[in-house]
Amino acid sequence: MSGNHPSRSPMSRRGFLALSGGIGSAMALAACGGTKTPPSAPAGGNGGATYTGPKVTISFWNGFTGSDGATAKKMIDQFNAATPNIHVDMNVYQWADLFQKLPAAVQSGNGPDVAAMHLDDMPTQAAQQVIVPLDDVAAALGLKESDFSPAVWQGGLYKGKRYGIPIDVHNLGLYYNKTVMQQAGLDPDKPPQTKDDYMAALDALKGKGIQGSWVSPFQFTGGFMFESLLWQFGGDIFDSGVTKATWDSDAGVQALTWMVDLVKNGYSPHNVGQDADYIALKNGKNVFNWQGIWQVNDVSTLKTFEIGTAQLPKIGGNGGVWGNSHQFVLPRKTSTDANKSDASRYFINWFTKNAITWAQSAKVPARKDLADSPEFAAMTALKSFGEDVQYVHFPPSVPGIDDALTELYNGVNSAVLLKQEPAAALSAAASRASKIIQDNSKKYGA
Amino acid sequence: MSVDARAARTRVRAPDAPASRGRIRRAGPVTPYLFLLPYLMLFVGFVLAPAVFGFWISLHDYNYLLPGKPWVGFANYLDLFTPGSRDSGDFWHSMLATGIFTVFSVPLLLACPLGVALLLHRSFPGRTFFRAVFFAPYVLGVAVVGVLFRFVLDPNIGLLNSYLGHSFPWTTDVPWVWVSLVGMTVWWTLGFNAVIYLAGLQEIPAELYEASRVDGASRWQQFRHVTLPGLRPVLMFVLTVTILASANMFGQSFLVTKGAPGTATRTAVMYIAQTGLGSNRQGVAAAMSYVLALILMAVSVLNVRLLQRREVS
Repeated sequence: MSGNHPSRSPMSRRGFLALSGGIGSAMALAACGGTKTPPSAPAGGNGGATYTGPKVTISFWNGFTGSDGATAKKMIDQFNAATPNIHVDMNVYQWADLFQKLPAAVQSGNGPDVAAMHLDDMPTQAAQQVIVPLDDVAAALGLKESDFSPAVWQGGLYKGKRYGIPIDVHNLGLYYNKTVMQQAGLDPDKPPQTKDDYMAALDALKGKGIQGSWVSPFQFTGGFMFESLLWQFGGDIFDSGVTKATWDSDAGVQALTWMVDLVKNGYSPHNVGQDADYIALKNGKNVFNWQGIWQVNDVSTLKTFEIGTAQLPKIGGNGGVWGNSHQFVLPRKTSTDANKSDASRYFINWFTKNAITWAQSAKVPARKDLADSPEFAAMTALKSFGEDVQYVHFPPSVPGIDDALTELYNGVNSAVLLKQEPAAALSAAASRASKIIQDNSKKYGA
Repeated sequence: MSVDARAARTRVRAPDAPASRGRIRRAGPVTPYLFLLPYLMLFVGFVLAPAVFGFWISLHDYNYLLPGKPWVGFANYLDLFTPGSRDSGDFWHSMLATGIFTVFSVPLLLACPLGVALLLHRSFPGRTFFRAVFFAPYVLGVAVVGVLFRFVLDPNIGLLNSYLGHSFPWTTDVPWVWVSLVGMTVWWTLGFNAVIYLAGLQEIPAELYEASRVDGASRWQQFRHVTLPGLRPVLMFVLTVTILASANMFGQSFLVTKGAPGTATRTAVMYIAQTGLGSNRQGVAAAMSYVLALILMAVSVLNVRLLQRREVS
């Protein structure tokens, strides 16, 4: 799943001292670095437009564990070959591990020179002084807001400074099993795009004994499906100033009720396990799956079934699609090496210019001109995702927002597993999340 | 043995008795402490100091990355005991999950390995092979076990339900999730307890069994009056270690159920990890670990007391 599944290093059987001592010592070690160093943006020459310094090696950390990792490796090999004076070393971690390792490494002065993270991770890391501003890189690249979707561009800002250079947009889309559709007498070239068509197709499949739209109770990707539907029904996850959670609005209840009804009315089995919705799509048991763009390369390898991709169907009145964006960031360094810092900026510059190659890892380029380019149009499986970018809503760029979203995903989980009514699940989750948001705004001084 | 050693020593000492200066003193007052020193340093460095530092952290609103770490005294602890605060509900909910798991897993992890150990204690062809087989799962990491059981237990596309021909919600609904989590833990860690029992069984003198047989004891009576009392010290160890291990359960529910349904299987350690390492709220997380640690200490003391009293009577 493109490494999007959080998996922390699991703890096994240990004595209770290991519990208190272990957690304590992890924190003690993490705290060793001290926190007195002020955030320092390394001097950045010309923002990375060129690199003329001596031979240096820079390290690049990211969470590209899926097919995107292979593409990143390929691009870095190209870069290393084309730029003899800069050697890039790439380290790939699970995203969840990255966000535990990176702060500790930065704190102790062992952080990488360049890293990639999601749009909504940057404010948290910026507030924690893990990453530094890179306005000069944006200036050297000549990037401006009109090159991107406004949310992608503004998401990289924190307290008026730019922390992220957008690489891509990755959003949710409709995956459909063409082979099974054909067997069930549906037109495999006409995936349903409206609520009526979607329900008609599901009824036809149900008539053949196929449960056509498995609803995942987990963040991947049931949580993203809920958020998309919420926006389609005219709601939003937070209020405009991100002061409280608003997913328990009427729109939210409508959205979640629609998902839960798919389960209750037999269009989805009960109790769908982690990833089971997607595995079932590949096994021909499921037909429609609201899934992330990152699986495009995976489904293309299937022999038995042909999987198509389309824009998300419009169930509510508006366009609404969950999405996120990978962006380059510069981790804080305790010692300033001007050459490394110039080289890091040059690398970001080069990678951004070659973002069309990056699209082969199943991503939509963040820059509009690249997303509209003939090269991207030639990647047919990604086309529908590009067309959906105009409807994409991103998680808000506010420090600690992940903690609040965790409550949403737990609420969706309870409702889809039929443990709680949609309205009750959403309002309980929203009141917990609102409390967390207030806590965070105090903590990060927003 | 001891006689031989003393004889040897006197023999060695005799020739150079007057020049006893270069001889190592065996009973110097510092000697035992010197022997303890290497481990003491590890213990202080990696257990005691972090534990004390952890307590210090628990008295702050602590995020190691933020410049400000305000002192809050016992507020983190008070919050845990104040209904309606940000963490109290979730924390005690996770403690309940840990409690449920412990209550169901410990009896099984005491009984099943004992049965296995009794069988493996008898002599039959292939005994060594079976001893290895029963211990084998314990060698696996929790990540391997977790991924394995996700495929076995998936409600709709899992191996087990495919054999049973029915969609039991093994990973998504109570009480099934508890059956899964306890079951996989027993499968995974049974071998460890069995090996400890086996060692204990081998310590029980064969003469006792012989004597009881002569007295006409049945197999059950032998088990009841020879085996069990003989295993008591081992039993106490196994019980204590198993309770602590079960109370620290994390990986199984983190990987197999992700806490589902809702947060029903989110255990205490999982919530502590999420709070401390995910949300970087180390102060509250440290307070929670201390509450958990104190409760576990109390339970352990209770165990030892109960089993010792029975030994006296």
